Amino acid sequence: MTAKLVIGLDGEGSGSRALSHAKRLAGLIGECEIVVVYVVEWSPFTFQTAEENAMRHKRREEELKIAHERVVDPAVASLKSEGFSASGIVRHGDVADTLNAISVEQGADQIVVARSSEGGFAKRLFGSSTANLVMSASVPVTVVG
Amino acid sequence: MTLKSKLMLSLAALSTSALPALAQEAGSLDEKVNAVFAASTGWFVTLIFSPFPGTNFPWIVMWLVIAATVFTLYFGFVQFRYFRHAIQLVKGDYSDPNDAGEVSHFQALATALSGTVGLGNIAGVAVAVGIGGPGATFWMILAGLMGMASKFTECTLGVKYRNEYPDGSVSGGPMYYISKGFSELGLPGGKILAVLFSIFCILGALGGGNMFQANQAHAQISGIVGDYPGWITGIIFAAVVFAVIVGGIKSIANVTEKVVPIMGILYVGAALIIILVNYDKIGWAFGQIFAGAFTGLGVAGGFVGALIQGFKRAAFSNEAGVGSAAIAHSAVKTKEPITEGFVSLLEPLIDTVVICTMTALVITISGQLIIDPASGNYVLNEAGSAIATVGNTSGVSLTSAAFGSGISWFPYVLALAVVLFAFSTMISWSYYGLKAWTYLFGEGSTSELVFKVIFCVFIVIGAAASLGPVIDFSDAAIFAMAVVNITALYFLMKLVKVELESYSARLKSGEIKKFAH
Repeated sequence: MTAKLVIGLDGEGSGSRALSHAKRLAGLIGECEIVVVYVVEWSPFTFQTAEENAMRHKRREEELKIAHERVVDPAVASLKSEGFSASGIVRHGDVADTLNAISVEQGADQIVVARSSEGGFAKRLFGSSTANLVMSASVPVTVVG
Repeated sequence: MTLKSKLMLSLAALSTSALPALAQEAGSLDEKVNAVFAASTGWFVTLIFSPFPGTNFPWIVMWLVIAATVFTLYFGFVQFRYFRHAIQLVKGDYSDPNDAGEVSHFQALATALSGTVGLGNIAGVAVAVGIGGPGATFWMILAGLMGMASKFTECTLGVKYRNEYPDGSVSGGPMYYISKGFSELGLPGGKILAVLFSIFCILGALGGGNMFQANQAHAQISGIVGDYPGWITGIIFAAVVFAVIVGGIKSIANVTEKVVPIMGILYVGAALIIILVNYDKIGWAFGQIFAGAFTGLGVAGGFVGALIQGFKRAAFSNEAGVGSAAIAHSAVKTKEPITEGFVSLLEPLIDTVVICTMTALVITISGQLIIDPASGNYVLNEAGSAIATVGNTSGVSLTSAAFGSGISWFPYVLALAVVLFAFSTMISWSYYGLKAWTYLFGEGSTSELVFKVIFCVFIVIGAAASLGPVIDFSDAAIFAMAVVNITALYFLMKLVKVELESYSARLKSGEIKKFAH
C-alpha cells in the first residue's frame, strides 16, 4: 500500500522547508505519493461591493492560476524531477479547515506544514493557521521548524 | 499614493480652503439649485404620485401593494414556507465546497443589504412616522412582509437571466430578465420595457441612491457642527465617491464595507437599549402603532395618511419590486437561480421588519412627537403637513433627537453612521445606475466615465437642495422603476413558478441535499 503525504505550502520560504522534509520522509517510506496543497485564504462571510461580486469569478480564476504557477506547479515539478509521485491542489477557504478537509478527502496518512510565517498582532489575536490545524486536524500533522 | 489620489485629495482640500470666501454667496447658491431642481422635476413627481380621481390615495402605492399581494398569493406565501431554508442557504449548508472562492449567498445578501440598509431606515422612517404617525409603522411592517415575495420573484429572475461574459464577469438585473424573458415567452415589447427600466434606474440612482443620501448626510453633519452651505458637503462627498468609482481607490470602499455592518449592529443595539430602558412604554408604543394604523390618531390625512406613508417609506427602504436588488443579487454562484430568490426574501425582513421598526419604536417612545394631553391625539405643525415635534425636527434629525433623548452622545455615532450609510448606498447605487447606463449605451470606459461624472455632480446638487423636492424626486424615480419592473414581473412570474415547483420537488425527494462541511 502506498503512503500519502499532504504538504501545505504558504508561498513563503518556510514552505520549502516543509517540502524538503516531505522529500526526506517520502524517501524513508519508499512507496509514497505527495499531494502539494495551497489554500487561498477566503471566507464566504465577508462584505464586498457589488462590483467586486460581479468580478469575483474572474478574480478567483486568476487567483487559482497564480497559485498554481508560482507555488504548486514548481513544487510538483521539483518533486517529479526527483522521482517522486506528486500532484497539486489549489483551493479557497480557511487554511486550517481546508487543508484538513483535503487530507481527509485524499485519505492522507500525514500532513506536513512549516511553522507559521505569520507574525505580530494578527497571530496573537487569531492564532496561526498552523496552530489551528494542529488543534483541529483529523490526520497526524508534522510541523517543520 | 497614486497621482490620481493626490489630485483628488488636493481637489478636496481646495474646495474646503475656499470656504470662507464663498460662504456669503452660498445661501443664494443653495436656493438657486433648489428652485431650478424643484421646477424641473415637478411634473415627473406629479405624474408618479397622482391620486386616484376623487381620492388622495396615490395610485403608485396601490400598485406596490397589489403586486406584493399577488406574488405572496401566487407563490403560496413563499416568504414563510421557505424562511428556514433561506437561513440554511445563507449559512452555506447547501454550498458546494468546490465553489469556494466564488460569491456566496451570504456575500450577495450582504452586498444587496448594504445598498438598502441606510438612510431609508433612519431618515425615511422618521418621515413616515412624522407625517403618518406611529400607525405608519404597522403598514410599513405589513409592506415589508409582503414585499419579501416581490423580492423573491425579481431576484430569482435576476440570477436566471444574467449575462455571463467570456472573461468571467457577470451583469444582471431587470433590464436583462425583461428582454430575455419576454423573448423566451415570445412576448413583444421586452426590449422597450428594458430600455424604459434602465432610464428610470438611472434616475433612481441619481435620486434616492444619491441626492437623498447626500442631502440627509449634510443635514446630519450641519446639525452637529452648525449650519453651513450644503454644496460644501456635496463637493467633499463627490470627491470621495469620485476617488472610489473613478479613481478605483478600493481602500476607501473596503473600509466602508467593514465599518457599515458594525454601524448597523450598533444602531440596532442602541435602539434595543433605548426600548428596553423604556420597557414600561413598549406596550403603549405598540398600542399607538395599532391604534394609529386604523384611526390615524389625528395625523394629517387620517388613517389613509398613515397607510400611504407606511407603504411608501417601506418600499423606499427595502426596494421590493423596484428591481435594484436583482442587480446586486445576480452575481452569486449557484446552479439554482431560485436559491438566491429564497435568500433575497430575507432582505425586506432585516431591512424593514427589523431595522425600520426599531427606528419607529424609538421615535414613538422618545416622546419627540407632540401629543395633545386633552384628546390624546397628535398635534399638527403650523403648516398642518406633519406632526409637530420637539424642536421642529424632521427626517434624520428627528431620529437623531429621538436617540439623543435616550442616549445623549448617540447623535454623534448616528452622524457617523448616516455618513457611512449614505456613502455605501451611493457606492451601491452608482453600480446599479452604471449597469443600466451600460445596458443603454454599451460597455466601454468612456461611456462609463460619463455616467460616473454625472453621478458625482448630482451629489453636489442633492446636498445643496432642500429635503422636500429631493425626497419627492427620489421617491418618484424609484417608484417609476417599480412601474416597469412589476409590469414585467406579472408576465414573467410563471417562469419563477416553474423553478419553484421543480426545486421544491427535488428538495423533497432528497436530490438536492446539504453538503458536509
